[in-house]
Amino acid sequence: MKIAFTSSGKSLSAPLEGRFGRAPKIIVFDTETESTEVLDNRAGTEAAQGAGTQTAEKLARLGAERVVTGHCGPKAFRVLQAAGIQVFTSESTTVAEALHALQSGRLTALQAADVEGPWGQ
Amino acid sequence: MSLLKPSFGGPPPSSRPEMILGVASGKGGTGKTTVALNLAKVAGSPIQLLDCDVEAPNAHLFVNRPVTRQGTVTIPVPEIDPTRCDGCGKCSQFCQFHAIVSLGTTPLVFPELCHGCGGCAMICSRRAIRERARRIGVVEERRDGNLTLVQGRLDVGVALATPLIRGVKAVLQPDSPAILDSPPGTSCPVVTTLLGTDFVLLVTEPTRFGLHDLTLAVAMVRELQIPFGVVINRLGVGDERVHRFCREQDIPILLEIPDDRRIAEAYARGQIIVDALPEYRRPFEALWGLLSHRSCVGRKDSDADLRLRA
Repeated sequence: MKIAFTSSGKSLSAPLEGRFGRAPKIIVFDTETESTEVLDNRAGTEAAQGAGTQTAEKLARLGAERVVTGHCGPKAFRVLQAAGIQVFTSESTTVAEALHALQSGRLTALQAADVEGPWGQ
Repeated sequence: MSLLKPSFGGPPPSSRPEMILGVASGKGGTGKTTVALNLAKVAGSPIQLLDCDVEAPNAHLFVNRPVTRQGTVTIPVPEIDPTRCDGCGKCSQFCQFHAIVSLGTTPLVFPELCHGCGGCAMICSRRAIRERARRIGVVEERRDGNLTLVQGRLDVGVALATPLIRGVKAVLQPDSPAILDSPPGTSCPVVTTLLGTDFVLLVTEPTRFGLHDLTLAVAMVRELQIPFGVVINRLGVGDERVHRFCREQDIPILLEIPDDRRIAEAYARGQIIVDALPEYRRPFEALWGLLSHRSCVGRKDSDADLRLRA
């Protein structure tokens, strides 16, 4: 199973990024091979708008089944839900800590967006 | 007023007024609306004033008349027919605004991100995308003597100023000159306002901030290849740097308005300068006379020939 993490760095020891759509990097951990893959998300950080939907679409194409991030807005949540990707939020400092928290069952999946979109939408 | 639709390219040539003047600035709060209103007031014959600052229209505060006509502005947003869609995802790849997201199934649509370009419907080979109208704001008209004031007002929560500005400009009538009061800055809403104008007045103040933003505005109108001149408001504050810049760049300073407390007091009461302080009428009349003869403003005159002092 592929688990995606929003991050500002390039490895499991890098910080977990609190923002979903505008996270600079996406770190993908494959539980079967225990390998990690780092994806650039410049399209998200530089998007004038639609950063969340764009990043969510990227995760869907990647085949991720879960994503761990800081917060998730309504439009990104709608895309992730449609793609069948479970969303977890974590206050962990690093991606490795967030992975550990997820695997030890300490995180619960979001049932709805936990923050508002831009302009209160 | 019939339902207004945004037109993507300005008014057709047949409905174009003889003269369209744009009033813009880099910096906000320099006096665009003041200049636009006073010029409209001294025109002496029918004139159209379009308040294109659709995020914060304010010219109506000085035209104390009820709305005579009103129209709604909409943009076309996609609607998917799931029985026709095969989930190819071309619409999603095409959309630069991520307003339509395809995951191999019927796409999800986010109308609030859509800019109404219609590209998704055009690219769909299965004709699975229909367009429906989404309201983004209103256009209102007021009349006061010779003046017809048209203003656009964006709905709360909508971030699409440019289609609404096109909706305001679509109301232009061919039979009288028009003054377009632009939003501040140099971004898309300003460019949308100024496209198709014959001449632009850049209003600034003689300060460091004024010069900084004037420099950006000058670069913008040069890129748009529209002839322009400068109005310096609140002359007496700041320093000489705006004058120096205009001299070095060969930009005509067409009007200087002094930093007169009585102007601010009249403004705060919702009065127009030329009504409250008649001594300012003549300079505005002279400027309007100059601008309404396009052959004059298009000419390469020297600074000194054109300058008027209020």
